[in-house]
Amino acid sequence: MKKNIKTQFLEGSNAVSLTIANIQPDVVSAYPITPQTHIVEDLAKFKAQGKANYEYLRAESEFAAASIVVGASATGSRVYSATSSQGLVLMMEVLYNASGLRLPVVMTVANRAVGGPISIWNDHSDAMAMRDASWTMFFAENHQEAVDLHIIAYKLAEEFNLPATVNIDGFILTHSFENVIIPSKSDIKKFLPSYKPALGTYLNPKKPVTLGAFFTPEHFWLEKKRIDEDLKHIITVFPKYYKDWKNILPSPISVKACLDDGLTEYCGPKNPSTLLVAMGSVVGTIKETLRHNKNVGILKIRSYRPFPKKSLQKIAYQCKHIAVIEKAMSSGAYGPLYSDVAASLPHFKGITSNHIVGLGGRDINIKTIQNIIKSAKRAQIKFW
Amino acid sequence: MELGKTYMSKYSKQKLSPGHNACAGCGQLSAVQSVMRALNDDTILISATGCLEVTTTAHPQSAWQLPWIHSLFENAAAIASGIKAALNKKKKKTKVVIQAGDGATYDIGLGLISGMWERGEDILYICYDTEAYSNTGIQASGSTPWGANTVTTPAGEKSFGSSQVKKDMLKIALAHGLNYVAQSTTAFPDDITNKVKKALATPGPSYIQILSPCIPGWKIKTNQAGQGGRLAVQTGLYPLLEYVNGILSTSSINQNFKALPVSAYLSLQGRFKHLSQKEISNIQALANKNIKLFKL
Repeated sequence: MKKNIKTQFLEGSNAVSLTIANIQPDVVSAYPITPQTHIVEDLAKFKAQGKANYEYLRAESEFAAASIVVGASATGSRVYSATSSQGLVLMMEVLYNASGLRLPVVMTVANRAVGGPISIWNDHSDAMAMRDASWTMFFAENHQEAVDLHIIAYKLAEEFNLPATVNIDGFILTHSFENVIIPSKSDIKKFLPSYKPALGTYLNPKKPVTLGAFFTPEHFWLEKKRIDEDLKHIITVFPKYYKDWKNILPSPISVKACLDDGLTEYCGPKNPSTLLVAMGSVVGTIKETLRHNKNVGILKIRSYRPFPKKSLQKIAYQCKHIAVIEKAMSSGAYGPLYSDVAASLPHFKGITSNHIVGLGGRDINIKTIQNIIKSAKRAQIKFW
Repeated sequence: MELGKTYMSKYSKQKLSPGHNACAGCGQLSAVQSVMRALNDDTILISATGCLEVTTTAHPQSAWQLPWIHSLFENAAAIASGIKAALNKKKKKTKVVIQAGDGATYDIGLGLISGMWERGEDILYICYDTEAYSNTGIQASGSTPWGANTVTTPAGEKSFGSSQVKKDMLKIALAHGLNYVAQSTTAFPDDITNKVKKALATPGPSYIQILSPCIPGWKIKTNQAGQGGRLAVQTGLYPLLEYVNGILSTSSINQNFKALPVSAYLSLQGRFKHLSQKEISNIQALANKNIKLFKL
């Protein structure tokens, strides 16, 4: 471990807000919603204490907060917002606009169920509501990943002119305490330079530009195609960036992964008979369950958008059963992650199954995962 | 060209170049030119979704010679707040001016306008008031006057048109403590230019509302937008107003005002032609109320 690296025992929200402060955004705007609140309270506090010098705008809704950071980003500034659940859904129209305007907005989503019935607890139904908004979407397993993924999110957003979200499970990560290493401003600068977009690409009277023009059918589809190509291009650079960043900042506990290309992480035997696929904090529970299991492996999806099809294929084509464990459901069809996994494996000869867990904060324990493994031999979709 | 950003040629010295594709005789585009004459080059413009955005920015062309952004229908105010915050961080004094229609202002964007005014940012909001959703085909908005025939308040055997009275946006602006609030119409280009200059010279948020006759919406001829805007003032229905620090200014050009009957204004337009004498007298009462209230 390098010198001056200090491991701290921090709340997840605090770890995120300290990281954001060191990333040094120019403009922050947010509207309070459980369980995102601690992040934006911290950021307001840092400003009030004189520890940060971003502009902090109190918005009158999430819709306004998202619009404020879009406006600031269009003026060539680094921006930040955070939300959850209903707030994210309220932002939806702005989210599509941010990617269409090619603005590198970065936002934390403290994942929470979308009502009704109203629930303040965790699942991924909020994130899945923005699946098709052309944002990069990362999911963190633990506090350190939450920290790391925010830095990478800014790097990719500003290089590719595409907005990015880092998803962290509400309460499970936002309100829990773990060992975490917060990167310093100078560590971050080594990887993420100050944001300096080229004149003529943002709102500046020195070189006027029109943003958000009216597109006819002749041009609209080309723009959407280009966004898709650029998102997919991120897959090719992500592994290097992830490695570069982890060379700057180590983790408090090193994970013995068999494969880790940044986009995904695989832990388990070389040739698993059953492969579990999951995202976010539930991967921690799965790893604990598999501690002594020699037949089952876990593939963690860190980058949900762009979707790492090739990383999945590398490991999935070798196994007999694939069980996708996820915290969201596209009612009347499948879980969204399952749909992506199934569509990515057109030549898979084994059995796939879909396990919907943890909706609205429903507990997921080792027993749940053991039962899912047992039932993975049957092609089915099951709520646990 | 890259990243879907639309660039404009530098051939025109006007801030809004000729070549837009609005209707011939459009009252709004004429008012926009009067606004543009008051601006300097160190200005950023924000447009809400609407006729102005659609008719001036058909990608890959743009009529705008100033930095210009359109995001959504209802969020021009919050976009402007974000722009202002970014400029403040950079210590820039660039002026920020919003242009939006009455649908974006009176209806869908009202909450976000309130948020912006509450934050007290130095942003000028201009509402081009056509008194209906012109861009989508003349549906009624919160600004549509009582008795107007629109496609969502159609006149018929059992309907005299819109049964709601036009919302008082100026009062809403004044209730937020704005230091500069004004009203004008397309027919008074110099009045518009002067008011925009005054608004920009006043620190904090300001609001200007400009009645902008819509050729298809008002069912008038392409040479009648100016006349419509003038009659609205002359009848007392849409007086030229100005509030400085919340107080009605006496420097308005309503001097030597001699009220014309509202029928002169209404009979010009197709949207009111179904009205009975009794209904016209109701509208006359609204004008009389204005004449008394504003001491025209």
